[in-house]
Amino acid sequence: MSDETRHLPLEDLHKDADAKFGAFAGWYMPLTYPAGVMKEHLHTREHVGLFDISHMKLFRVTGIGAAAMLSKACPIDAAALPLRQSKLSFFLNEDAGILDDLIITRLDHDAFMVVCNAGNAEADEAHMRDIGGHFNVVIEPLDRVFIAIQGPGAASALETQGIDLGGLTFMNGFEPKEGWFMSRSGYTGEDGFEIALPEFQARALVTNMLQDDRVQWVGLAARDSLRLEAGLCLHGNDIDQSTDPASAALLWAIPKDLRENGAFIGATALREKIASGAKQKRVGLKPEGRQPVRGGAPILDEDGNTVGRVTSGGFGPSVGHPVAMGYVASQLAKPGAANLFAEVRGQRIPISVHSLPFTPHRYFKG
Amino acid sequence: MAKTYYTEDHEWLTVHQGEATVGITDYAQEQLGDIVFVEAAEIGKQLKKGDTAVVVESVKAASDVYAPLDGEIIAANDALSSDPSLVNSAAVGAGWLWKMKLADESQLDGLLDEAGYKKLIG
Repeated sequence: MSDETRHLPLEDLHKDADAKFGAFAGWYMPLTYPAGVMKEHLHTREHVGLFDISHMKLFRVTGIGAAAMLSKACPIDAAALPLRQSKLSFFLNEDAGILDDLIITRLDHDAFMVVCNAGNAEADEAHMRDIGGHFNVVIEPLDRVFIAIQGPGAASALETQGIDLGGLTFMNGFEPKEGWFMSRSGYTGEDGFEIALPEFQARALVTNMLQDDRVQWVGLAARDSLRLEAGLCLHGNDIDQSTDPASAALLWAIPKDLRENGAFIGATALREKIASGAKQKRVGLKPEGRQPVRGGAPILDEDGNTVGRVTSGGFGPSVGHPVAMGYVASQLAKPGAANLFAEVRGQRIPISVHSLPFTPHRYFKG
Repeated sequence: MAKTYYTEDHEWLTVHQGEATVGITDYAQEQLGDIVFVEAAEIGKQLKKGDTAVVVESVKAASDVYAPLDGEIIAANDALSSDPSLVNSAAVGAGWLWKMKLADESQLDGLLDEAGYKKLIG
């Protein structure tokens, strides 16, 4: 990891928009704009939020060994992935701990796009190169501006800019033109798109889109509250090397036959974990009252025994109450299983297991 | 109109007959962003200057608000339990956080006046 803070290519545009900045995963990121996190959040759910996510890393993985290499690195059958299909997957360690979560999209027979988290980008690249050494594959990190356009008006706002949506439905992606990658996906629970593109074209697109009354910048703070309401994990908080797809309640992302017979890294450990049953499970948590419960808070049972922990928490502007996510002992991981409490500054706040997401997903499935 | 004092921790206080009303400044509420919860001040609690008096929670984070002077909390702002956003919309006024009986009014001398505070925040 380098100690130097990285800067977004469009930082000047965020400064022009009076963003407040803060450090995240080694990047100097816009956290909020003058509208504030609450309004930015609600605007995304009602209209269109524009996010600069250029801190995230894209890798183009190509070559006749690409599918085989990805199927080794991730619990995925890359060769069976239909063209344009995107899939959530993971890099696991030998213990089935989650090194990172990523989105893999099939671009062509021998070409895939891998989108990684900012904080793990360097480790992910090293990991892929390590595995890639055994396969005929080229791993190309891309230098792009990466933006997310999220909300019920996202498709229409892009079409207004003359962008052909290519008939994409949720979790589809393709390369619409030289240097571009576009997928119908996101991190808000809303319909939306993520577009990677060269900086000069990004400047024009962003500037033009902001002329549209429906579109406004949304910062990292609202990105976090949106994804939390949508029940989506943040690597480093809700999932990490100490958690595995079984305890994280993410087995749905791993095809059943691969869980049983897959040869991906971590497969043996994952099979053992599935067979023995996860000790703790990730769940949604709803604190009683108005006080937010943040990541790190222990979860206690009625007798004061620690039975879990909160991994992400805050206030949900759309639902109008605090929302959280965390891990509890598996026998408690269903709504109403027990009276639970989160400990915040020495006080016990009643907290209940809640189904995820808190706000219904509104993806466009065609 | 009672004189308003300020602290370097971005609090304001007005003093009347040895009792101070305390809140955070407009600059502070702007930095914190949308306030969603204010932990009620504990009436009767004895505070030393610099002790945490209440915790203000924004969407983003929890922030301690410190006692600007020594004293005892004598009132909490009940309106904030139903409408914590008063701290945003009326930081210096209806969004006050607590009232305290000052132990030593001479401590006021160490605080900033409005001009001094404006200079601090630039």
